[in-house]
Amino acid sequence: MHCCSHIILLFGQAICTVGDNCYRAVTFLKEGMLVWILFLLCQVGAPALAQDLCQRDAPNGYKVRISLKTALGEDAYEWNQSEMFFFQATMAFAMRRHFQMETYNVDNIILCVQTSRVSFWFVVTSPDNTTMLIPKADVEKAVRMSRHRINNAFLLSDRTLEFLGIYPTLAATVNPDTPPWLIVFGVVIGAVCAGIIALLVSSLLQKRRKEKGMTEDGQDEEDMQVKGVENGINLDGTYNRGFTDDDRFTKL
Amino acid sequence: MRLQLPNPGLEDRILSHEELDKLETEEAGRGDRPKWDNKTQYMLTCVGFCVGLGNVWRFPYLCQSHGGGAFMIPFLILLVLEGVPLLHLEFAIGQRLRKGSVGVWSAIHPYLTGIGIGSMCVSFLVSLYYNTIMAWVMWYFFNSFQETLPWSQCPLNANMTGLVSECERSSPVDYYWYRETLNTTPDIDNTGGLQWWMVLCHVSAWALLFICISRGIETTGKAVYITSTLPYVVLTIFLIRGLTLKGSLNGVKFLFTPDMNELMNPTTWLDAGAQVFYSFSLAFGGLLSFSSYNSVHNNCEQDAVIISIVNGATAVYAATVIYTIIGFRATEKFDDCISGNILTLLNTFDLPEGNVTESNYDQVLHSLNGTYPEVIQGLNLKTCDLNSFLSEGVEGTGLAFIVFTEAITKMPVSPVWSVLFFIMLFCLGLSSMFGNIEGVLVPLQDLGVFPKSWPKEAIAGITCVLCCLVGLIFVQGSGNYWLSLFDSYGGSIPLLIIAFCEMVGVVYLYGIDRFNDDIEFMIGHKPNLFWQITWRFVSPAIMFVIFVFYFITKVQETPMYKAWNPESDNFPTLEEKEYPTWIFAIIFILAGIPGLSVPLTAIYKCLRNRCCKKDNEFKQDDLNTIAKQVQLTDEATKNKPDIPETADGR
Repeated sequence: MHCCSHIILLFGQAICTVGDNCYRAVTFLKEGMLVWILFLLCQVGAPALAQDLCQRDAPNGYKVRISLKTALGEDAYEWNQSEMFFFQATMAFAMRRHFQMETYNVDNIILCVQTSRVSFWFVVTSPDNTTMLIPKADVEKAVRMSRHRINNAFLLSDRTLEFLGIYPTLAATVNPDTPPWLIVFGVVIGAVCAGIIALLVSSLLQKRRKEKGMTEDGQDEEDMQVKGVENGINLDGTYNRGFTDDDRFTKL
Repeated sequence: MRLQLPNPGLEDRILSHEELDKLETEEAGRGDRPKWDNKTQYMLTCVGFCVGLGNVWRFPYLCQSHGGGAFMIPFLILLVLEGVPLLHLEFAIGQRLRKGSVGVWSAIHPYLTGIGIGSMCVSFLVSLYYNTIMAWVMWYFFNSFQETLPWSQCPLNANMTGLVSECERSSPVDYYWYRETLNTTPDIDNTGGLQWWMVLCHVSAWALLFICISRGIETTGKAVYITSTLPYVVLTIFLIRGLTLKGSLNGVKFLFTPDMNELMNPTTWLDAGAQVFYSFSLAFGGLLSFSSYNSVHNNCEQDAVIISIVNGATAVYAATVIYTIIGFRATEKFDDCISGNILTLLNTFDLPEGNVTESNYDQVLHSLNGTYPEVIQGLNLKTCDLNSFLSEGVEGTGLAFIVFTEAITKMPVSPVWSVLFFIMLFCLGLSSMFGNIEGVLVPLQDLGVFPKSWPKEAIAGITCVLCCLVGLIFVQGSGNYWLSLFDSYGGSIPLLIIAFCEMVGVVYLYGIDRFNDDIEFMIGHKPNLFWQITWRFVSPAIMFVIFVFYFITKVQETPMYKAWNPESDNFPTLEEKEYPTWIFAIIFILAGIPGLSVPLTAIYKCLRNRCCKKDNEFKQDDLNTIAKQVQLTDEATKNKPDIPETADGR
């Protein structure tokens, strides 16, 4: 209502300067009516002025698009005047948070062009001068800073509460120090190396056991025959080596 | 009158039936030839070799692109007429002659040694690139142990202002596959250098393979208990999960809806024949080897039929599972597409939410188009067609690493499904690698390339190291292009030639009569009329027809390859490029050498015999195999009076 008081003061000043010799009684009545008319005009005019500031494709405004059903499905709440007021309050909060000196109020956020999609335009006016709009870049900075809080206030996300023109910042990918695949690779290759070593060792042992077994067998047979044991039966006399089968000593 | 080409000296080169029986009754420790611990190991190894990546990513694509359910008809017919007879033939001849591929063919006739050498070359070439696919699977497996899978979102660019441009223009899964995994170069001329992360995976794949094959079937026989059974478990889990997802039945319906007109198209029959042939891993020499470790009286006829049925059934089962997941993905994409369009309409015309839904979308669009045509035109709404999403490039590596991984990111608890899927792929591939490597190692041993005194582990180790080093071609920047080159030329035409020569060699050189008697000796009854007809006429004819058509098709078309080029105009569609001229030399080496090894070795042996003029020219002096040792000891024991002499080797 600052604009109205300004206008009334100005007009009042103008009236007083016009007539130095004020006919108090008549002029007082006239002033009262004028003030009353001005007041009425202000009530109509102020929103009209505000409407001029906020319009479709406003140079300093942003379009907001809300997709409640996509985000919440069955639990979607209804978008009504109270929600619009909440939006104004949230935006005022965002502006306050960004410009810490200035006290923004709900009145500073002007909404217009509402559709049933649910989408609307908004502009932000300066707290000191209601005719002055805050530039787009500053609004963007404020929104970016508090985007997370704004989203959470409405139970929405970057995708379902869109500020057309303000792109959401991409989530930085978490890069672990060691890539996880190297860890799995290390495990697998460790198991494979252990397997190869076990294999080589077991084949070496097998080979050694075979060689040992063969020499032992040869020894045993000879000893047994010399001692006169054949097929486990002790025979009398000693075995004559001259009659042994030569084949035993030459292996194929 | 049976057609039989002259084959002198055959009886001297092979064991007689009596000798075979004696081999059976002798103690196990006596023979150096390995044996299966039990029948289950043998069956699982063969099933594992046959059931490979092709069942998962080639058959479903063929099925869907050639008329769905109608494709089953040529597939089953050719399975019965081509697959089963060839399989039975390989099993029977391996079991009878008890040697690896080189040994068998040189025993049948020395001029046919080339078949064995050709098999060995093809097995070698295929092993090289197949294990690189294993390396890729391992890379994805290692990267699956993260909460957000790395291929589910695009990374941020350097300034953190947006997503990486290459990723934004294509998709996160494409970017992850072509850039972060392969780091592909725009064409095959740029090698792009070795990609260190891929080298690590490559080395680990070969190291794991080495452990499993280090002692031949002693170790692979144990490994197949897991690698051959785990894929079925995982497929079942995916089937149950898939059927509970939205849209899965769309996929299955799309897969099996028959289009009978496709049966008139000759390409359908050709593709079915080729798929049956490659799916059975015939002519690699691996099945021959595996069969030779069996006891002589093993029922190879029954085995061949069982394995064919299992292979065919697995292909159909895997196709169903894959298409439930693909149906889910296509439905998700379709829903996203429609939702995107609906949102655009709502935003443009400021309509309340819920006014336009999937059901009245077309109606609303039509009415809006009537009232505001220019606005609608300016919106560039995407056309959403479920069928086009279902038929999006779904074969080969594209299926596993792009389409399926994308589907997995949309499922809840993605890392679990990713881990399961890549373990399944790894097991499928590893069990096929066992057969491939067997087809390389045993001929090397038979040819005497390595000294006899060297232990098996050393031979396997050296082969693995050599293959690993040569395989480094495939882990460069351009590795993907080299791999498809090897796949199209190394693993296709030569196999057809070798399989055809195998059939002709056994039926007409070894003699179908002798072969029938052998089978009667081994399994107790003569093979019936079906086997006779297919072995002698039907299967060789089918092989010949397929070979001629493939040869003509391949020779007529200019060899092209699809490249991932971010600078091309149609990016992200792959760019079709012509191969440079020096590639033709490589193609000749890949396809020509294994294929030509059959006639070339025959000519070489013929010339050697003519110029050297030795007596007993067809004796196996140059091949130091187990059979020869057995014959020597038999000769020694024959001199003792207590063993009666047989007049005729049979």
